[in-house]
This record gives sequence, C-alpha cells and structure tokens, in this order.
Amino acid sequence: MNDILLPRQLLPSHLEQSGEVRARFDKLKQREVILTVSHLNKVFQSGEKSTLALRDINFTTHRREFLCVVGPSGCGKSTLVRILAGLEQHTSGEVLLLGQPVSGPGRDRGMVFQGYTLFPWLTVKKNVMFGLEVNGAGKLESEREAMQWLELIGLEKFADAYPQQLSGGMKQRVAIVRALANQPRILLMDEPFGALDAQTRCRMQAHLLEIWRKIDITIVFITHDLDEAIYLADRILVLSAHPGEVQELIEVPVPRPRSMEQFVSPAFLATKARLEELIYIGRHVPEEQQQEEDYPILARMTNVGDNVE
Amino acid sequence: MAQKKWLQIHRPLTARARLIIGIASFVLPVVCWSLVSYVPWIWHPQIMVTDPGSVPYLDVGARMPREAFDSEVADARTEGRAPPRGVAANPVYLPAPDQVLRAFYYSFTTPPPTRDGQWLHQSLWHSIQIIFWGFTISSIFGVPLGILCGAYAAIARLSEPFVEFFRYLPAPAFGALAVAILGIYDGPKIAVIVIGTFFQQVLIIANTTRKLDPALLEAALTLGTRSRQLLTRVVVPGILPDLYRDQRILLGWAWTYLIVAELIGTTSGITWFITQQARYQHFPNVYAAIAMIGILGLSIDMILAAIGRRLFPWDRAAAKGA
Repeated sequence: MNDILLPRQLLPSHLEQSGEVRARFDKLKQREVILTVSHLNKVFQSGEKSTLALRDINFTTHRREFLCVVGPSGCGKSTLVRILAGLEQHTSGEVLLLGQPVSGPGRDRGMVFQGYTLFPWLTVKKNVMFGLEVNGAGKLESEREAMQWLELIGLEKFADAYPQQLSGGMKQRVAIVRALANQPRILLMDEPFGALDAQTRCRMQAHLLEIWRKIDITIVFITHDLDEAIYLADRILVLSAHPGEVQELIEVPVPRPRSMEQFVSPAFLATKARLEELIYIGRHVPEEQQQEEDYPILARMTNVGDNVE
Repeated sequence: MAQKKWLQIHRPLTARARLIIGIASFVLPVVCWSLVSYVPWIWHPQIMVTDPGSVPYLDVGARMPREAFDSEVADARTEGRAPPRGVAANPVYLPAPDQVLRAFYYSFTTPPPTRDGQWLHQSLWHSIQIIFWGFTISSIFGVPLGILCGAYAAIARLSEPFVEFFRYLPAPAFGALAVAILGIYDGPKIAVIVIGTFFQQVLIIANTTRKLDPALLEAALTLGTRSRQLLTRVVVPGILPDLYRDQRILLGWAWTYLIVAELIGTTSGITWFITQQARYQHFPNVYAAIAMIGILGLSIDMILAAIGRRLFPWDRAAAKGA
C-alpha cells in the first residue's frame, strides 16, 4: 500500500478546488434536488439471522448531477441502487424522487444493469421502443423516437439486428438509450461497464459523458473502479462495508470537460489517494468477516533458487 | 490440427463430421441387422426345410431347431432313407432387411384383404389424427397452466402437488374408465394420450418458465411495465423458443402412448394393422409398420425443428443445434 500512497505528501488536498470547479459546484447545488435519501436502512432477513446491509444513508443529488457510488465489496452499493430503482424494499428511512416517496419500480427511474438485460427476442429498435410502448405510446411514435435515440448513439444501422449479434459495448449503449427513451428523471447504473474489456470501457465512459452532456438527466453510477468514478463523477459517495455506511461525499476537484490526460493531474491523483485511503486503509473489518477473507500463506512448491521475484 | 479429434468433451463437430456420423447412426444398426440376417454362421439357430426327404411331418418352408433337424438327418442316414435338406435360418420373428423393405413397399401397394379393411396409409392417417387431437387438447390446457405455474408461486403450489401425484398414474390404467365414459371409438384413445401428456406438460413448461432470466423481468419493471403486462410482454416471448422445444419433446412422448391408446376399445389405426399382420405371422409387415411410425415421428420433428428456426431467428440454442 505504501508505494501507492507515497506521492500523497506531494499532492494537494482533494478538498482544494480551483475557482472554476467551485463555481461549477455552486451552480450545481442551486439546481433543484432530484433525489433525497434520508436515514435509509436495509436489513436482510434470512431465517433467524438478520444482516444490516445499509445503515443510515443520507445524501441528495441535484438535477443533471453525475453521482458515483464506490466502496469495498460488500458495502451494499448494489443494494442501494436497487432500492433506488424500487427493485428492493428498504427497511426504514426515506427515498424521495422530486419529493415523492419511491415505492416499487417506475418509468421515472431508468436502470442499466451490468448484464445488459436486452430482450433477446426483440430487435435493437424494438428494445428501445419497449418502454415507450408499455407506457401507452403509439407504435409509429415509439418507432420514430427509438430511431432518434439510435441515431444519437450511432447505432441506427443496427436497428433491425438482434442483441446477440452486437458486441458487449454496443449492447450496453442500446441498454442506455432504452432506459433514456422513457425520459426518466434519473438514470441508475449498476456497474454497467464491469463486463467490458478495458479498451471498450474507456470509450464507453467518454460516450456516456457525451450523452450526459447532451441530455437533461441525473445519473447515479455504481462502480468499484476508482479511476472510472473520478473520471465520470461530479461527486463520489464513498461507502464502507459491514454495514454499508456513508464515509464521505467527495466533490471531485477535477475540472470539466474531462479527458484521459487528467488521469495524471494533481487534482485527480489527490482524489484517488483519498479514495484509496478511505476504501483500503481506513477500513475496520470485524473479526468474523476477516476469517473468510483471509488468504493462506502458501507452502513453497518450486525449487530453491528458482525465483520469479 | 491435422489429426481428427472427434471424441472430445463439448467440442463441436465440423459440418462434414456431423453428416458422416449422423448417417452412421442409422447405417450401423442396419449393418448389424444385415450381418445377423445374411451371414449364415452368425446366430441362425434354426433350419428352414427345402426338401423334406423321407420325413413325413416336414413341409417345405417349415422351420425347426437345428438339433432336431440334425437328429432327423442322422436317423434317416442310419436307416438308409433319404435325409431331409434345409438351410440355416433365423426365427420367423426376425425377417431380413430386404424382406422388410419389400413389405414396406407392398404394404402401400397391396389393397386391404377385406372390403371394409383399411390401406396402410389410411391406418396411419387415423393414428395421426388421434395423436393430433390428444396433443392439441392437452396443450390447450397444459401450456397456459404450465406458464401460470412457472410465473406465480401460488398457482404452482395449488396445482403442482396434485399434478406430481397424478403423473405417476399410468395413462393406460384409465383405458377401461375412458371406454365407459367416452365409448369404444376414438374418444377413449384421445383421452389416454391427453392423460399421458398433460401432467408432464404442466410440470415441464412450469420449469421452463421458471428458468427465464429474472434480470429481464427487473429490466422490464424499471422500464415501467406493469405486473400484468409482464406475463404477455416478457415471460411468454422470453420462453417461447424453449416452450417450442418442450412441445416437440412432449409430442414424441404422445407418440409412445399411441399403440396402447389404440388398443383401447376397438383396435384402430396403425395398431390394428400391426396386430392383424402379427396374427398371420407376417412379421416383415409388422417391422415395416413399426419403422413407419419412427419415420413419421422423426420427419414431423425435423419439420417442426426447421419451422422453429424460422420462427425464432434470435434463438441461439436453435441456431447451434440440429
């Protein structure tokens, strides 16, 4: 860990913001609040045993904000986004979308899953039309809108292809516009690029930022990739594990528009150092969890002197 | 790799290998059958008499065990009489391939022996109708119930325990009951096929429905689908190719109930043909009729498979499969 954290002394604090960045955040916080999560708790009950997955989660997001949620495995970030989507019931607390409590899934909250979840029996175009049609739009109107969305992401040539004929990145682009076609107030994304190869992931991140810039949409993005979170987010919600609690809500000091070159900028590295500190160092692991996560020290099974390191 | 490796777990075959091995799957049994039929020293436990010689009770064409024949020959020799002559033969119930092939041809070209009798193709057509109605009636109730069981735990809990119990009851056991209720003609036969198919159908289709990826349901919900639309918009289209495959397998099972079903009440259809021919020991005709059932069943299934590939172009399993 030390060698990762070594440059930290040389870095500025992640709390330092340039005037430009501060002005952006001031503007962002003046926009109306889209999502309010207050005193949210989630307990999983299995038989006699109950596990506290999320404890007292509080945060708000403003319109057109890009919020990333990061945390170690088991911090309940997927549970959180599923509660926001209405796919999971919270045990106590409140989730408010534009002041209205969330109960069950609805078209005002779009969701993109890691596993694409495109309907394999529908063509790309009909996948995008699905949300419009189940909400009562006419066939012609949905078709026209779907084609506009596909043109936006440059996949209009694949309108009549089936999802299985597309690459992973293309599938996820279709899944994103399928969710957006419903014109939700908020787009929830649960590790959407986790199954993609590194190169495709980079292009998808830039593509997503491009879509986000052009459309009035608020995004809550779950990831375990810290670079991805810093690259995409306005603010990063850092959760701790067992139980999932908010550790910090970091305002990313990296100016926009974002580019890959910023990955080595002091503001970026300072944010990353802070995230690593929160996630890997300042982490208290209770003993019962430690047991299962302990890896054994292996006995040597090669010849003496035949070393690789 | 130059070396052909056919026997590797999960390794798909090339198109050529598939064709060759597929043909071999039919050629091999026919080769075995031909060896047993045409090579005199393989099996052939009997002698067919070609010349009775001096033995009074023997006729030309009669078959008898080899030992009995040998002792007759020995007896005739010691007594100086003319010994009988014969050729090695298989029992009458195992005709040679060429006999069956000829019978196959003649059974379509020979008119029925009695005026009210039926041609083979008429018998077959009658059998196909029994299967069709049995399977259709079963599907009208079994498919929707299966889907509902797979989708709703409450409906599954209400129906599946009883269905599980009932599917162990052998369908032919209801034959006498079916005759009492439905008469002696086609009614009870169709009923037996329905009973034999329906209960398996509900369970199999319920299972197929349960295998639908739940993430697709969640995706549909987040797109604003109401729970009643889920069934028609996601569940049914999502399972359709698997449902179709299940129906093909179930149709095969319905065929296996056919013979028993047709024995109930007045024997009819292909079963009537088979039993008639067996009664007169026309075993080549019996084999021809049995083979005909297999050919019909396999052709129908292959046609349905081809239709399935047309119907579900997005289905990966079908595109890969046979």
